[in-house]
Amino acid sequence: MFTIKEVLETTRMITENNLDVRTITMGISLRDCSHPDINVVAQKIYDKITTKAEHLVKTGEDLEAELGVPIIHKRISVTPISMVGESCDATSYVPLAMALDKAAKAVGVNFIGGFSALVDKGYTKGDQILINSIPEALATTDIVCSSVAIGSTKCGINMDAVRQMGQIVKETARLTAARDAIGCAKLVIFCNSVPDNPFMAGAFHGVTEPESVINVGVSGPGVVKRALEDVRGQDIGAVAETIKKTAFKITRVGQLVAQEAAKRLNTQFGIIDLSLAPTPAVGDSVAYILEEIGLECCGGPGTTAALALLNDAVKKGGLMASSYVGGLSGAFIPVSEDAGMIHAVECGCLTLEKLEAMTCVCSVGLDMIAIPGDTTAATISAIIADEAAIGMINNKTTAVRLIPVPGKKVGDSVEFGGLLGYAPIIKVNTFKPDVFIARGGRIPAPIRSLTN
Amino acid sequence: MRIVVTIVGKDAVGITAKVSGLLADNGVNILNINQNILDGFFNMVVVADMATASVSLQELKEKATILGKQIGVEIRAQHEDIFTAMHSI
Repeated sequence: MFTIKEVLETTRMITENNLDVRTITMGISLRDCSHPDINVVAQKIYDKITTKAEHLVKTGEDLEAELGVPIIHKRISVTPISMVGESCDATSYVPLAMALDKAAKAVGVNFIGGFSALVDKGYTKGDQILINSIPEALATTDIVCSSVAIGSTKCGINMDAVRQMGQIVKETARLTAARDAIGCAKLVIFCNSVPDNPFMAGAFHGVTEPESVINVGVSGPGVVKRALEDVRGQDIGAVAETIKKTAFKITRVGQLVAQEAAKRLNTQFGIIDLSLAPTPAVGDSVAYILEEIGLECCGGPGTTAALALLNDAVKKGGLMASSYVGGLSGAFIPVSEDAGMIHAVECGCLTLEKLEAMTCVCSVGLDMIAIPGDTTAATISAIIADEAAIGMINNKTTAVRLIPVPGKKVGDSVEFGGLLGYAPIIKVNTFKPDVFIARGGRIPAPIRSLTN
Repeated sequence: MRIVVTIVGKDAVGITAKVSGLLADNGVNILNINQNILDGFFNMVVVADMATASVSLQELKEKATILGKQIGVEIRAQHEDIFTAMHSI
């Protein structure tokens, strides 16, 4: 039995510190939706998603009501569409993106991920068609998310894909220019992509996954920040210990929700993603945790060390609380979705270069960063290559979600609304990487890939 | 199903009576009550059994919210699993 203190602690976490379960994501295999006719593929995709995920949203709402903890998102991830579409002779997969959008809206989820291709080492026919379809697909759908894996520790980095993705990001921005390049907020470029990630925009249902699965992403930066207020003045060991204990409690809630959701939906429980995912809401910021640890402002000297400690302690605490852990697991640092990060950029403390350093020790990468609209495709490609290199060499997932906002320059800001937040345009180094990017080819897999 | 009802707010005469009255009226059996006053604030945690309840948890929550507004406290009713999960290994 629990004590009155424990009950009130849980209640306070929910009511005052924004404790929530960030997402219940249902992974659905579409490997049986292939057909030579793209219209048949689209219909099969629609039918399968609306059957498998029919009760997903209702189940999430029921659990939220019973347990009294907010479950913010219900989402779907699917088999990379490059593989599903490859069987048909179409030259564009936009109709498949529209089928995903329609199915996702029919079951009431707020995002569907998997308009994706995995080209770590090279393209197949379907990969090429899918990547070419991304700008139009993101401009003509509302809730479809896209991701492209361009490298890994095992395969090296596909520099042809890196070059093309710079162009795709620019083209996506152009086609959605009227909405401040919102299409780019739904496009992630990965190194060491993860097949069971429940978080958008990078979620897809990997080829090693079962027919359907429930993955849950937890959150709770506000809870960690509040717990750290109690150990002010104590040494850094006390900070790590407090984060671990808090992460344990947060993750236990996620584990409960995941197990119960999988049972009610008659599917398999996949993993808990141990993440601190911020929102623009006051008090729900990863940057504020770093500042609570003792920094004047996120982005200043000491930020990488504080983030490394936070990221590691979250995993250590969460690992004990869940039977299966996976996904991205760690602290997210999406600039536009974190009130403290936004402030840090606005006051000049947080730069793109410091964010890159932070991605060496956090869970993902350069995330939700608005950059000047005149940033060239080659520069975006080079930033992608740098970020992928960090992932490849350090055997971790890295990602890039940059938004080159047409017509905007440093000093301007862009409003995406809702959980995507708003972002000041950040300065980008304008020295040219064009000759490097034009080379193309493949960066060989690093020595650390040879582990056998 | 066992639930945990938490009541938090400014102390006043009769809060316990009214909350236990609400539970009794809806066939919810109280198993354990913990109550104290901290800095003038009333804190009460009730563990109760819904086996003989005449309403669903959702309906009970709605009634509790209305009562809470009337007497100036916040009343939450949750499945006990969330507390067990968070505070026991």
